[in-house]
Amino acid sequence: MADLETFRAETRKWLLAHAPASLRGMVLGLGEGNWGGRKATYPNPDMKVWLEVMAERGWTAPEWPTQYGGGGLTKDEAKILREELAALKLPPPLVGFGLTMIGPILLEYGTEEQKREHLPKIVRGEIRWCQGYSEPGAGSDLASLQTRAVRQGDYFVINGQKIWTSYANLSDWMFLLVRTDPTAEKHRGITFLLMDMASPGVEVRPIKLISGSSPFCETFLTDVLVPVKNVVGKINEGWTIAKALLNHERTMIASAFGTGTGRRRTLREFARKYLECDGERLADTALRHRMAQYEMDALAFKLTTDRARDAATAGLPPGPESSMFKIYGTELNQRRQELLVSIAGPQALGWEGPGFAEEELALTRDWLRSRGNTIEGGTSEIQLNIIAKRVLGLPD
Amino acid sequence: MALVLTEDQELLAKTALDFVRTHSPVSRVRALRDSQDPIGFSRELWKQMAELGWVGILIPEAYGGAGMGLADLIVVLEALGRHLAPEPFLSTVLLGGQLLTLAGTEAQKQAWLPGIVAGETILTVAYQEAHSRYNLQRVSTKAEPDGTSWRLSGEKIQVPDGQTADALIVSARTSGEPTDPTGLTLFLIPRDAPGLTITPQYRVDSRPVALVSLADVRVEPANVIGPVGEGLPLLSQVVDRATIGLCAEMLGGMSQIFDNTLAYLKTRQQFGVLIGTFQALKHRAARLFMEIELARSAVMAAARAADAGDPQWIALVSLAKARCSDAYILAANEGIQMHGGIGMTDEHDAGFYLKRARVAEMTFGDAAWHRERWARLHGY
Repeated sequence: MADLETFRAETRKWLLAHAPASLRGMVLGLGEGNWGGRKATYPNPDMKVWLEVMAERGWTAPEWPTQYGGGGLTKDEAKILREELAALKLPPPLVGFGLTMIGPILLEYGTEEQKREHLPKIVRGEIRWCQGYSEPGAGSDLASLQTRAVRQGDYFVINGQKIWTSYANLSDWMFLLVRTDPTAEKHRGITFLLMDMASPGVEVRPIKLISGSSPFCETFLTDVLVPVKNVVGKINEGWTIAKALLNHERTMIASAFGTGTGRRRTLREFARKYLECDGERLADTALRHRMAQYEMDALAFKLTTDRARDAATAGLPPGPESSMFKIYGTELNQRRQELLVSIAGPQALGWEGPGFAEEELALTRDWLRSRGNTIEGGTSEIQLNIIAKRVLGLPD
Repeated sequence: MALVLTEDQELLAKTALDFVRTHSPVSRVRALRDSQDPIGFSRELWKQMAELGWVGILIPEAYGGAGMGLADLIVVLEALGRHLAPEPFLSTVLLGGQLLTLAGTEAQKQAWLPGIVAGETILTVAYQEAHSRYNLQRVSTKAEPDGTSWRLSGEKIQVPDGQTADALIVSARTSGEPTDPTGLTLFLIPRDAPGLTITPQYRVDSRPVALVSLADVRVEPANVIGPVGEGLPLLSQVVDRATIGLCAEMLGGMSQIFDNTLAYLKTRQQFGVLIGTFQALKHRAARLFMEIELARSAVMAAARAADAGDPQWIALVSLAKARCSDAYILAANEGIQMHGGIGMTDEHDAGFYLKRARVAEMTFGDAAWHRERWARLHGY
């Protein structure tokens, strides 16, 4: 314990000395922050400095082994680092699917060569990753994917189309699922590949959503060559890896939506600004109750994620609770957005132009964007199926 | 304050679950109901629970108890709640025992706590009146000074284990109007006090409760609990702590009816297939699972916060009670619905859970009441 306290003191001292002062107290919205990659832009140049000093220590990926550029911290040390970052109100130095999805998968299933090639670049924010899973004909039924990979010597030749590829237009590499054996049962015959987006034959088109933003893309693949050494795991056995990655994805989405990142203002501040008050109390009792119910459900959710984390720390085996967290976290975010819109009333109706504050316009867009939360990363209905089958043991 | 069970708590939970499975099938509750048993629980089982140390978990070692916390007691209460065991934890341990432990004089503690720990003494608290709903300060029962003593008159409703209690702690107004926050005082009254009439009431959950009327009941100053006129903060604190215990019982009940329902989904066939294959039922079962998990986190957190004296503990009590109230009713309603025709019969156990869920919901405040309290606690 004394060692941990020393670690905490040293960490704080180091952060105070090295973190750019302009970043203290910065609140990031959903999807904001350093995503890294060759096309990275830095509206605030200090964000680049912050990434570099943290990457130097491996603290962008605190628990990854040092030989792959990570920080080599224990779980307890990494927790202290998170707490100290939070205490100093510092944004994460780097975010993205490299850190949260493909990195953990490579650590578990990758070859030594793949780890040495890709992990250090993720840690340093040099390469941004995207996820090639869904296809026009394979949404919730992911395993029916049709993108073909035909072996030619040391390469696979890829033909097909991916859709809902988050930020494909800004990414450098893609991890994707392809069909390598069309004769096998649909869950077999799938292979997990790593593909350079700069390869000839890759074409990306952003998709405009109801919120007006384009976080997702269509990715067309025409005779794209991918070296066989870029297969993760075994050929035709990619479904196991695909599922393991989905667990990481659900956990990431749940924590992004359910636990309060991207909240510029609290609900209570909003309510005070827009609603009539009767003394201390909000005069609209129906909204007051909705607000209390939301806050209480959000706390119950947080306590449940805490409980899962405490169980993991105590060495208990993890349950398939990430499905539950994905459903509940995303529904909470939708409820929060709905509530904010209800509170702001007509000021929540702006699309652009005069008469609406920037914060109000963001509210409208965030609400529209949140409708996708219960669809992306596996619909709530699919998560319910997973709970019914794997947790409750209900028959197929 | 991790939200996991310690090894000792794991062991306690297992012992309690084994005990309940062996000694307390739901058929026992049915038999107590059908015979309109005048006690309403088993004195023999209560004695055994005392011998196992459960009754004294919260009571300090100086009076024979274990001096442990709510985080320990709730694992026992959850097990008992699974089979709807009606033994008098709420009246004697959570209300009466806690009131004396927190505010009793040394003489009062010596007089009552060892008997409670031994499973011999039943003590209850009469806090509810005909129109008080969940408001502890809405008290019309009056206590008038009579020399150094007091004389109490009024009526209390649905007093838990009123018929069997050796003594009742009664909230009464020593000053002020029926809704004033001050002016409440708590009085301990032995069951044989002249002017005290205890009449059994029959409630939907068939737990033993009584109507208690007081006609000029004389109480000595030695039987006043806590400061005169300042009974409300004390009673509120005890009721909030008791609410955590009640929530644990509810957690057990909702978990059991859910388990029973899942088992049915895995065995009942219609249209030539197991009904558990139907997505309309699967998704509802999965939703119910989530509600129960969220309730469990809230109850565990509330118990740990209360034990640690965390200032957030009262808000967490409201969170736990609101969640458990909604989730238990939902689990029981869905249990009946998914069992189909058999679920709505008296022969089946599902109805027992629904009835208990409704009573527990309306004990110490329902979900809406606790959400309103949450808003007030947080300044809106």
